[in-house]
Amino acid sequence: MKSLRRNLIRTVLTILGLVVGIAAFICVVGVGKAGSAKVEKELQKLGDNMIWIEAGSRATNGVRFGTRETKSLTVEDARAIFAQIPGLKRMSPNVDGRVQVVYGTQNWNTTYRGVAPEYFDIRRWEIQTGTIFTHDDVERDVPVCLLGQTVADNLFPNEDPVGKSIRVQAMPCRVIGVFQPKGASASGWDQDDFVAMPYTTAMKRIGGTSWLDDIFFSGTSRSAIPIATRQAVSLLRERHHLHPEEPDDFNIRSPEDVIRMQLQSSEIFTMLLGTIASLALLVGGIGIMNIMLVSVTERTREIGIRLAIGATEADIQFQFLAEAVAISILGGLLGVIAGMGASSLFQSTLQWDIKLTPQLLVFSGLFAAGIGIFFGYYPSRKASQLNPIEALRYE
Amino acid sequence: MATVNSVTTTNPVETDGRGVPLVEVHDLRKTYQLGETEVHALRGVSVSIHAGDFVAIMGASGSGKSTFMNILGCLDKPTSGRYLLEGVDVSRLTKKELARIRNQKIGFVFQGFNLLGRTTALENTELPMLYSKTNKNDRDRRAREALAQVGLADRADHFPSQLSGGQQQRVAIARALVNQPRILLADEPTGNLDSRTSVEVMEIFQRLNLTGLTIILVTHEPDIAQFAKREIVFRDGQIRRDDVVKVPHMASEVLKTMPTIRD
Repeated sequence: MKSLRRNLIRTVLTILGLVVGIAAFICVVGVGKAGSAKVEKELQKLGDNMIWIEAGSRATNGVRFGTRETKSLTVEDARAIFAQIPGLKRMSPNVDGRVQVVYGTQNWNTTYRGVAPEYFDIRRWEIQTGTIFTHDDVERDVPVCLLGQTVADNLFPNEDPVGKSIRVQAMPCRVIGVFQPKGASASGWDQDDFVAMPYTTAMKRIGGTSWLDDIFFSGTSRSAIPIATRQAVSLLRERHHLHPEEPDDFNIRSPEDVIRMQLQSSEIFTMLLGTIASLALLVGGIGIMNIMLVSVTERTREIGIRLAIGATEADIQFQFLAEAVAISILGGLLGVIAGMGASSLFQSTLQWDIKLTPQLLVFSGLFAAGIGIFFGYYPSRKASQLNPIEALRYE
Repeated sequence: MATVNSVTTTNPVETDGRGVPLVEVHDLRKTYQLGETEVHALRGVSVSIHAGDFVAIMGASGSGKSTFMNILGCLDKPTSGRYLLEGVDVSRLTKKELARIRNQKIGFVFQGFNLLGRTTALENTELPMLYSKTNKNDRDRRAREALAQVGLADRADHFPSQLSGGQQQRVAIARALVNQPRILLADEPTGNLDSRTSVEVMEIFQRLNLTGLTIILVTHEPDIAQFAKREIVFRDGQIRRDDVVKVPHMASEVLKTMPTIRD
């Protein structure tokens, strides 16, 4: 151990190599973890095991149709799927479109969304003020609506919207609630820019349509989604009298899967970065090995003396291994501290999102010690195998 | 102290009625392969050394005396022949057992002192006890005793670089003594010292020999050999001469006749 202190600069430089490696590893994995956490949050916001059926085929003769062209998706379809297919716990029809909303002198162009009350659970919309409408409101196509935060801000800059009457296109409509904002979606559009109302109200009084644009479901669990999706496809095809060679006139997806894949790819990315950072650690480890080999050569005579006065091979090997492990544990500890420091610096100056877990820090520390044992083994073995006579004669 | 491992004991040869010799070698041979040529460092050496003896081994370089010392010190193994240390056949021991013998039964003193630099005299003296699992208090006490034996009690905290050559060699002797070995092996211990300091070292050896310690000393200086009780001369890997020194010089007497130029 004393020899470490005697060659202070050399020891410090060796430790530094390891410190940089460990710190880089911690930062990189921390960045990756934060990315995963962000996607996870996105996933949470998106919906509760959501299955989404969209009207309109994916493609007909290579031409992609807009959803508005297709009129085959109906409320009856929605009810039939919900009644016949197991593994679904909530259902909401959906009609939507662009609409002008007016309150007093305020004017705003937004999206209307006609849905059932279940929609807010499926898509995880929370109420900020007021209440949501009821099944009874849907039954009687009552002209009530809820505002997304963006609409509320634009129509009611200084007022509480709840209880006020606005005009949606030509229809007078009473505001009964405002949603908690969700902010921008992953793809960048403002999720809070919409007006929600019973789908019956929207169909009869705004769109004047008898078909649906979408149907939303919640699966009872994640694992129920694939089976329910397949069954919904065949049921819908049957209900729409589609021949086997005809493409679907609807589009069914579970966006959570997409995001889960995103999550997976972000984890793969983290692993990749972690691997690169591990290379830095490997270089640090090679540095330890290098310095230990130099040290063994320099101290050949000392090893000879120790062997002559009764050290066993194991004693010598332990001595050098202990030095390597001491270097790497110290490097590991300092690396963890440096990694924490660097990541908080990145967070405050570059606004990087970095998440450090205790497991990561402990793992990094242990990893460092492992490197010491691994890269210290060969030099220490070499030291213990020296011939004492030659070692004593070494100049 | 003189524990003999009965399992590895072979029937000892009675040589002169003084019991089992401390060191007994029979037809010791050592051959090195140096590139293409075979070097016969030892060509059949047989000798017995009894407890309490003080042997000077002389010979030109290449005569085999260093190889002989390395084998006696359990640092090297003979190509053939037997080496019994206290009746134990050393050639049958494992490396670990040999390390233990070097630690417990043998003390080494080298020409070049071989102290660990940047380590105090006391720590150097303690070193063998690190490998015999001696506790810290005993280590400190025994190392100080050993340093006192060689007259360096007041230099315990000095580093080798702060000590003269003679003092460094005395630290090395203290280190060799600290585990109370049966034999002290000294390989040209005065080779790097001036004549007065050499005699001082021999004075210590004679004093230790009087207390019963067996000493085997390699030297190429005939007047140094005159301080021993027995003189063995090597030549071409064989013992050429093995004589009793008729009247060994007394180092303490010689010192009185020498000028005292300290350091």
